[in-house]
Amino acid sequence: MDEKVGAVLVVGGGVAGIQASLDLADSGFKVYLLDESTSIGGTMAQLDKTFPTNDCSMCILAPKLVTAGRHPNIQLITHSELEKVKGKAGNFQITILKHPRLVNVEKCTGCGLCAQNCPTEVPNEFDQNMSMRKAIYVPFPQAVPLKYAIDIENCIKCRLCERICPAKAVDFDQQPETVKINVGSIILAPGFEGFDCHLKTEYGYGRFLNVVSSIEFERMMNASGPFGGKIVRPFDGKIPRKIAFIQCVGSRDAQLGNNYCSAACCMYAIKEAVIVKEHSSNPLDCTIFYMDMRCYGKEFDAYYERAQGEWGIEFVRSRVASVTEDPSTGNLFLHYVEIEEPKEEEFDMVVLSVGMQPPKNVEKLAENLGIKLNKYRFCQTDTFSPLETSKPGIFVCGAFGGPKDIPESVAQASGAASKAMCIIATERGKLIAEKEFPPERDVSQEEPRIGVFVCRCGINIGSVVNVPKVVDYAKTLPNVVYAEENLYTCSQDAQKLVAEKIRQHNLNRVVVASCTPRTHEPLFRETVQEAGLNPYLFEMANIRDQCSWVHMHEHEKATEKAKDLVASMVAKARLLKPLKKPTIEVTPVGLVIGGGIAGMTAALELAKQGFEVHLVEKKKELGGHLLTMHYLFEKDDNPQEKLQAITKAVMENDKIHVYTGAEVVDVYGFVGNFKTRIKRQSGKEKEIDHGIVIVATGAVEYEPTEYLYGKDPRIMTQHELEEQIAKGEFKAKTVVVIQCVGARNEERPNCSRICCGQAMKNALKIKQVSPKTEVYVLYKDIRTYGFKEDYYREAATKGVLFVNYDDERKPRVVDEDGKLKVTFWEPVIKEEVEIGPDVVVLSAATLPNPDNKRIAEMLKVPLTKDGFFLEAHMKLRPVDFATDGVFLCGMAHWPKFIDESISQACAAAARAATILSKKTLDAEGTVAHIDEDLCIGCGVCISICPYKAIAKDENGLAKVNEVLCKGCGTCAASCPERAIMMHQFTDEQLIAQGIAVLRRATHG
Amino acid sequence: MSDEKKFEPKIIGFLCNWCSYAAADLAGVSRIQYPPNIIIIRVMCSGRIDPSFILEAFKDGADGVLVAGCHLPSDCHYISGNFKALRRVTLLKKVLRDFGIEPERLRLEWLSASEGDRFAAIVRDMVEEIKKLGPNPLKAKEVEA
Ligand code: FES
Repeated sequence: MDEKVGAVLVVGGGVAGIQASLDLADSGFKVYLLDESTSIGGTMAQLDKTFPTNDCSMCILAPKLVTAGRHPNIQLITHSELEKVKGKAGNFQITILKHPRLVNVEKCTGCGLCAQNCPTEVPNEFDQNMSMRKAIYVPFPQAVPLKYAIDIENCIKCRLCERICPAKAVDFDQQPETVKINVGSIILAPGFEGFDCHLKTEYGYGRFLNVVSSIEFERMMNASGPFGGKIVRPFDGKIPRKIAFIQCVGSRDAQLGNNYCSAACCMYAIKEAVIVKEHSSNPLDCTIFYMDMRCYGKEFDAYYERAQGEWGIEFVRSRVASVTEDPSTGNLFLHYVEIEEPKEEEFDMVVLSVGMQPPKNVEKLAENLGIKLNKYRFCQTDTFSPLETSKPGIFVCGAFGGPKDIPESVAQASGAASKAMCIIATERGKLIAEKEFPPERDVSQEEPRIGVFVCRCGINIGSVVNVPKVVDYAKTLPNVVYAEENLYTCSQDAQKLVAEKIRQHNLNRVVVASCTPRTHEPLFRETVQEAGLNPYLFEMANIRDQCSWVHMHEHEKATEKAKDLVASMVAKARLLKPLKKPTIEVTPVGLVIGGGIAGMTAALELAKQGFEVHLVEKKKELGGHLLTMHYLFEKDDNPQEKLQAITKAVMENDKIHVYTGAEVVDVYGFVGNFKTRIKRQSGKEKEIDHGIVIVATGAVEYEPTEYLYGKDPRIMTQHELEEQIAKGEFKAKTVVVIQCVGARNEERPNCSRICCGQAMKNALKIKQVSPKTEVYVLYKDIRTYGFKEDYYREAATKGVLFVNYDDERKPRVVDEDGKLKVTFWEPVIKEEVEIGPDVVVLSAATLPNPDNKRIAEMLKVPLTKDGFFLEAHMKLRPVDFATDGVFLCGMAHWPKFIDESISQACAAAARAATILSKKTLDAEGTVAHIDEDLCIGCGVCISICPYKAIAKDENGLAKVNEVLCKGCGTCAASCPERAIMMHQFTDEQLIAQGIAVLRRATHG
Repeated sequence: MSDEKKFEPKIIGFLCNWCSYAAADLAGVSRIQYPPNIIIIRVMCSGRIDPSFILEAFKDGADGVLVAGCHLPSDCHYISGNFKALRRVTLLKKVLRDFGIEPERLRLEWLSASEGDRFAAIVRDMVEEIKKLGPNPLKAKEVEA
């Protein structure tokens, strides 16, 4: 019974649960993904857009849903709940209760005939009850699994569906079922519950129709939502002209017992305001009422700035006291106090930015699992073990560990996957099946038979481009034998349909006209592969990102352009050839650059998973930023002790090779096969082979030039203050702390995220060691997000004074005959105040490591405008780079707290494991090929190839090493004999793409 | 000529996958509107763009061609493809007139993946410019003949 099991149970199928499942499944573990709902997807599926990129939420989530749904190592257990857990880390015995769905999932094809005919209408909870669904239903069109379910409570048992179902899938005799499984570890990702706005009676939710919650508002904004994306007032269906957003509803509210900050609401409110404003054809005013705008994440402040400048969103710093209604018009009056003056303002509509609460039935879950909850009933975790619950072998990620936004949930999910893997590393590969595709059909002798699938993408494409016309047009193109439209070509049912059509019409080339190949090509390639086609016999026409979205008001022209784009791709598709993917051997060794807490954690995780790691640190000593830290918020955690323990674990682990005082000088190769030269300060060099790279180069503290810093020892940074306190040298009667020094200014518009937290920590410490000392904190916004809000409250209760300043009235620090004087504007009494502190503490910005530029160039990865590393996708790939095999964690990504760095480091290790755990990887088939008959051996291509992938063979002719070739095609463009064929981007194909469009333009 | 007013230039854009095509996608994601006169052909790197593709496009009647890659010096995903594109396009511009094409019809731009707004601005600008230049002279000749 004590044997370890190479399987993991993931509880909760939101974006975090899905990410954790995918990472585990891709690293050789069996996954059971459990969700209470009938589909996976969680809250993210309900959102309209996501900040700060305004990506459509469903568009980026759907491919993940599909991948999870069809992954051979992931078993979805939906509409079910966890009943009992026994055993311990390595071997848990789980009992799951499956609720009857009354539909046989094996048989249901998701055709939807049942729902069309079902006579019973029920409020649709997916649309927050603002629309109706049937008693037999799927929660949303992209649901995975796309299997209907009967809502027993509302079903009238007319059994029409049973008779009508062509697959005979309806089964009214289904009974609850218990399922028993064995797993080695458990990951909890049950998400959160939105705050119930009824409890905030003063805002009138539930009484006043035009007061809606933010999640209702998301559904209203959504094109596939209850009103087709049109925002109307529930009171009278009129279009609002003036919308107010009230922040912190259910958060930062001691009366309700929810003192914590929900961490994501400021940003989503800005997003909602920007998007409604953008979509409204009439003038619309949006005002956000807030206490502090907490835009602490990557590039969030830039988004906030744009909202104010470009979009003209109003921001009012005030907690709204109450909302009243004019019952005749449904208009609302907001009563609030701004700068000590009571005010009242009329709005058409009010959106309440609801906070996050622990998921329903959390006590039962905790009891079942034997894990501890914190005082807010979220999962209890620690600074140095942010992904671990109180019970070994059970891990947590996402909002259940504390309110957080999507990228952080995703990073934690990967991190929890790494933790789960470490326990059962020895069982890797034992319970899984390889993804198998049917044998490839040989199409070399066939005439091209092209199928064109045009996606409506809900209304994203369909409301601008006349899709039926495009389909009709596609049918007229040479070699097109089949064309159709789909509501969402990427949904699971449509994918199945595409595969079916391929077989039915014997298609041998497929063109999907939808969004961008940059995100969706891998998914569709897999689909054609499942239908027995070579994955390269597929192309995408980008009629959304590069057509319907950018020509929203020119329907006819956009339709014509969509036709052009389809013609262009069909012309290319006719010339497509099946390609072989070369396989790459993987060196199962990692390289971690940077030996701070993030780098050390990543190295340890990889080692625990069984991989060898090289850890390179530029400084003489491991520890990075943490070396300067003397105490934490949590009173009894001693960071230096922790650091020592971690450093010791790293040094003693025989799988980890540590190089201190060393630098990476160059990196060659590619995913699976990197070769890196490391140079020690002694001048000694070493070359190492490795399969992946994790960048953990940290960040540095800004050295202020303002407020007399450097000219007077009484003016110091937070770090210097911490040092003084720790040494017992701190003495002062009055301290002034100035926030945002070197951040949120013109030069560096973004927030450094951690300084507010640091300020609280040090202010509390001052109050602890010297309770009489007066502490003033001058701030722009206090950004103690999540549970850190408690420390803000504690500081305020202990008498720390917080004074808000803005850019027009910055504090001034002068030295008057040896006495420090700080002058600042006090907004409450509306007067300048002057005090004479003994010490002035500056919360200095966190800047990117100056080495980033060099490292980025070596690794061919991008940086943000500020100089931090830029991940592959801000929302869903927070620790990946677009370059395969290179990952990112810690402050190299953005300033962050220790727990966040640790989560990301574990995440990077999990992502790396998806590669290191494989013996071989499939490389891209899009490589250059040299025609020996045409090559004259001139060597131009050899000199031009940036990867040294071309060499002369024994006959003096050029030959491409397919594994080294990255497919840029530069050689093909420079060959004087046109002897080089760049697969998938051949001369012929590219020229044909142009001709198809231009001939069409000239001739009609 | 009333036709002149209605002249809608046809522009072919050769964009590299990593930065410039991503910029065009970002323009979409951010819903930045620009005129629908451009059709984008995706290549992996601007270094893939053979001058003959550009000439071919003009021969087939393109009124303008945009070549875009990642920023110089070091943004190219393939180390230095953008430099090669720079060299090729600069040379081609010198000889374009010999083919009867105004060099202004060919543009080379560097775009980062975060410059959706700039991509849209470039297209807007090109469309304006080319409207002033009128239709591709080769096309006009064809009609005359
Ligand atoms: S990849 Fe963009 S120019 Fe080379």
